[in-house]
Amino acid sequence: MFAADFDYYRAGSVAEAGQLLAQHPGAKLLAGGHSLIPLLKLRLAVPPALIDIGRVAELRDIALEGGGLRIGALATHAEIARSDAVREHAAALAEAAGQIGDPAVRNRGTIGGNVAHADPASDLPAVLVALGATLAVTGQGGERSIDAGDFFTGVMMTSLGEDELLTSVRIPSAAGRGTAYVKFSHPASRYAVIGVAASVALDAGPGESVCTDASVAIGGLVPGPVRCSAVEEALKGRAPSGEALAAAAAAVAQDLGGDLLGDVFASADYRGAVAPVYVERAIAAAAGRATQA
Amino acid sequence: MSSRIFGSRIRRREDPRLITGSAVYTGDIELPGMVHAAMLRCGHAHARITRIATEQAEAAPGVVAVYTGVDTDGVLQPMPCAWLLPDAELKIAPYPCIAKDVVRYTGDVVAVVVAESAHEAYDALDLIEVDYEPLPAVIDPEEAARAGAPELHAKDINGDDISGNQAFHWTVAGGGDVELAFAEAEADGVVIKERILQQRLIPNAMETRGAVAQYNRATGELTLWNTTQNPHILRFLCSVVTGVPEDKLRVIAPEVGGGFGSKIAAYPADFVTVFCAMRLGRPVKWIESRSENYQATTHGRDHVQDVELAATKDGRITGLRCTVYAGMGAYLSTAAPGIPTILHGLMLSGCYTIPALKEDVYGVYTNGVPVEAYRGAGRPEATFILERLVDMLANRLGMDPADVRIKNFIPKFDDGHEVVTTLNYDSGDYPGALSKLLEHTGYRALRERQRAGPSNGKYMGLGLTSYVEICGLGPSQVAGAIGFQGGLWESAIVRFHPTGKVHVFIGASPHGQGEETTFAQIVASEIGVDVADVKIFHGDTDSTPMGWGTYGSRTTAVGGAALALAVRKIRDKAKVVAAHLLEASVEDMDYEDGKFFVKGSPDRAKTIQDVALMANVAWTLPEGVEAGLEATTFYDPPNFVFPYGAHLAVVEVDARTGHVELTGYTALDDCGPQINPTIVEGQVHGGVVQGVGQALWEGAAYDESGQLVTGSMLDYALPRADQLPDLDVISTVTPSPHHPLGVKGVGEAGTIASTAAVYNAVMDALRPLGVTRVDMPLTPERVWRAIQEAQGS
Repeated sequence: MFAADFDYYRAGSVAEAGQLLAQHPGAKLLAGGHSLIPLLKLRLAVPPALIDIGRVAELRDIALEGGGLRIGALATHAEIARSDAVREHAAALAEAAGQIGDPAVRNRGTIGGNVAHADPASDLPAVLVALGATLAVTGQGGERSIDAGDFFTGVMMTSLGEDELLTSVRIPSAAGRGTAYVKFSHPASRYAVIGVAASVALDAGPGESVCTDASVAIGGLVPGPVRCSAVEEALKGRAPSGEALAAAAAAVAQDLGGDLLGDVFASADYRGAVAPVYVERAIAAAAGRATQA
Repeated sequence: MSSRIFGSRIRRREDPRLITGSAVYTGDIELPGMVHAAMLRCGHAHARITRIATEQAEAAPGVVAVYTGVDTDGVLQPMPCAWLLPDAELKIAPYPCIAKDVVRYTGDVVAVVVAESAHEAYDALDLIEVDYEPLPAVIDPEEAARAGAPELHAKDINGDDISGNQAFHWTVAGGGDVELAFAEAEADGVVIKERILQQRLIPNAMETRGAVAQYNRATGELTLWNTTQNPHILRFLCSVVTGVPEDKLRVIAPEVGGGFGSKIAAYPADFVTVFCAMRLGRPVKWIESRSENYQATTHGRDHVQDVELAATKDGRITGLRCTVYAGMGAYLSTAAPGIPTILHGLMLSGCYTIPALKEDVYGVYTNGVPVEAYRGAGRPEATFILERLVDMLANRLGMDPADVRIKNFIPKFDDGHEVVTTLNYDSGDYPGALSKLLEHTGYRALRERQRAGPSNGKYMGLGLTSYVEICGLGPSQVAGAIGFQGGLWESAIVRFHPTGKVHVFIGASPHGQGEETTFAQIVASEIGVDVADVKIFHGDTDSTPMGWGTYGSRTTAVGGAALALAVRKIRDKAKVVAAHLLEASVEDMDYEDGKFFVKGSPDRAKTIQDVALMANVAWTLPEGVEAGLEATTFYDPPNFVFPYGAHLAVVEVDARTGHVELTGYTALDDCGPQINPTIVEGQVHGGVVQGVGQALWEGAAYDESGQLVTGSMLDYALPRADQLPDLDVISTVTPSPHHPLGVKGVGEAGTIASTAAVYNAVMDALRPLGVTRVDMPLTPERVWRAIQEAQGS
């Protein structure tokens, strides 16, 4: 009900946040607080200090840059869901952001906090992996960029260093491709029991269109987002519909491996059994948009 | 205006303060010198306490005191059970406020910390050392009743043995020979059998529970602010447990943020808070966290039911036989024994003519949170039995579920109909309600659409419920006969001030239902004052007359009647005063819309305001008439009221994933004349949604060691707006013949009907796939597994 005592600092800039992080080992960054505050109140997290970056204006922007999107770490889920630029260049991300939690959560929660927290049932990691996003981070050692595929390393674990701060998410434009996010939402927590993001390119030739390239990632079933290369491979050169699609989607079992997460609401067996349905639906939805493009 | 205020959709006067955050809840009470309590809950489903060490906690910053069961033993009396079910071998187990030797569910209190701040009190909880010797636990009520199950209590409060964890065994039987009915049906008819699990539900009032206690050592007076649905009952129970005499005890229910039954009971933590205030001589506040609410505030339902229906081959019901194991949790909560019995078994005839029925209910102690009334309280569990069995009968006979209902309905009646359980229903038209629903929803056309088969792997299903409920509890003589340790009348005081403004003091204790609005509408419509001129006071035992609480959809039905009769008394007196002022005889007087006049001369009238002024200043009053304009009524209802209705749920089931989507819902309810249809509809909306929650999402799950797995809102799935279709709410109006306003009550109707309607709809959708039963809640996995099994994989 009550957090344990902690010190509180408010950073006015990215540079100041970096200094504070270096000065206070074990400190946690506070942005929207929608993952951190519940952990504090349950005392599952007992950090000595919080560094509030919520008012660092330079982290808020959503902008088109070099043919892709740059989304500041403090952009809220609601801002992302309704951003025209995101909807145009990364529809799956807007779709996923619009399904996180409920309106109150979306109005406060941020993409940076969500991604850095790396909850396995979170919606955004799979989307960022499927869309080939890179994460810009800054720390005492300077700035660097991490591929989304390398960023998530386990349950609530990332390759972010102790003194590093996630500043923005960069997503190459998916123009011409179709992207979609399809989710099996937990009725209580609204986290993804299964979440599938797909980005699909179709050939523009005559006749039945076939998939020339697909990028698919799934979240919720194992400790981090999984790039579904077996599915992608099976899809290449095939029509993203009917039996070909079903067969490709079934290959998600190979991508996931045997050790799936389960809980009292949805067992591991069940998640594994219905995962192909969600993969299929995500690819079909993405392909539908690619055709329109 | 005034004559039409009854039935008008005026806005709820409660809402501005509620939606602007200016309402004052128990948690908002601040008193000088106040300290804060935190309860140490044991966290074990069943264990023996071998050691408690509090020294470290006592030395922690801000801590004022730490108390354990050793301190409260003999000072606080055991928690009383207030529904002494007769003829049921009732065994009440001792229920200490603080457990000293054995803990029996995870929410049992083992110590309390009082500190200068709530934060410090909670910090210090971690410093109390308690050693436990774990004991085997049992959560399932049927399992708990089996030989060899872990036993919770050896003796009851009278020193008698408790065996098999049995708290009571209650039976209802009525009509003809039920065994014969089944023998005949076996031989030449149909017998339908079903096992129904009415899962445990967590009520989830928006405001958690809490208490503030202030004790004046000089006067011996105690004030208790509490999140209660029934402050007068709590005053009595608090007096029993703490020893503070009733005349020195004031209970205040400030704004109360919902209860759904979970705030009927008195709780150990309330009296532990009082104990701390008395011991320390400082005001003490205790506010429950949400996690604590899940572990310690009463749950609902928890029945394991084996039910059977006998019928003829043409679909006429001939008998009903049920065995129910009702989980009571670790102790008997305040009203618990009456819920799965009186409020359940007596309603087993439902809307139907059932010639013979019998039900055995075994109340069983388990290592779960105590089970109490939860919206509907016994009636949803009865309605579900009937509505499920009727649907199964229809399926067996190849009839439409609507037709089986129509075939078995009690015919329309206006003034009393006695059913086989001996209840005398007041008025109802069950066939009329169902036909209107079928017509309104285009039911037969929906069936046609369903016959077209699934589309995209999605199966459509339709589910009906016809229900009747018992509300307006109730005649006090009956209350006595069924062992309820109180009366069930209500009272009202209506006071006119010289300016014609009105104060109303009621014993009932609304906590979200909007009765400050509807009660003002009653006054305005009865005596022609502006509704804005009426103020309703409730929830303070020092300023309001005795009342028996707000639950069981009784406040408008019983309290509203008391109020209407009090206003009519005033009207009678006002007529006498007006006659005097008009120098006419009372017999010649007429009344209309707040005006008193000589028959035929409405333009020479005295208004109620004129009369109020004269009655209050008393310059000239008729001989023998007292000054003032005020009346008090005690209304003890001659019978219960029986609202009823018919609901239709439409669902779509995704056979590939097991997902159920509720795509349509229509509720037809008849609660008699509606004082404020917007409020009625709001009650139906909320009720329906809570029932849908039971069918599809909600369920308290425990693991084998008795730990609550669904311990927070991250796991326990409450319904949300985006999961629901628009609810289509319609009504018919059948007044109660014995009620002064004809009104019946509507708070629980939605919940009573909707669980069975949604469940029936899902089973209807799954029929082509060969699925006949799935336990609630109907989660995607459960539905998917049932499909897999039925498909023979």
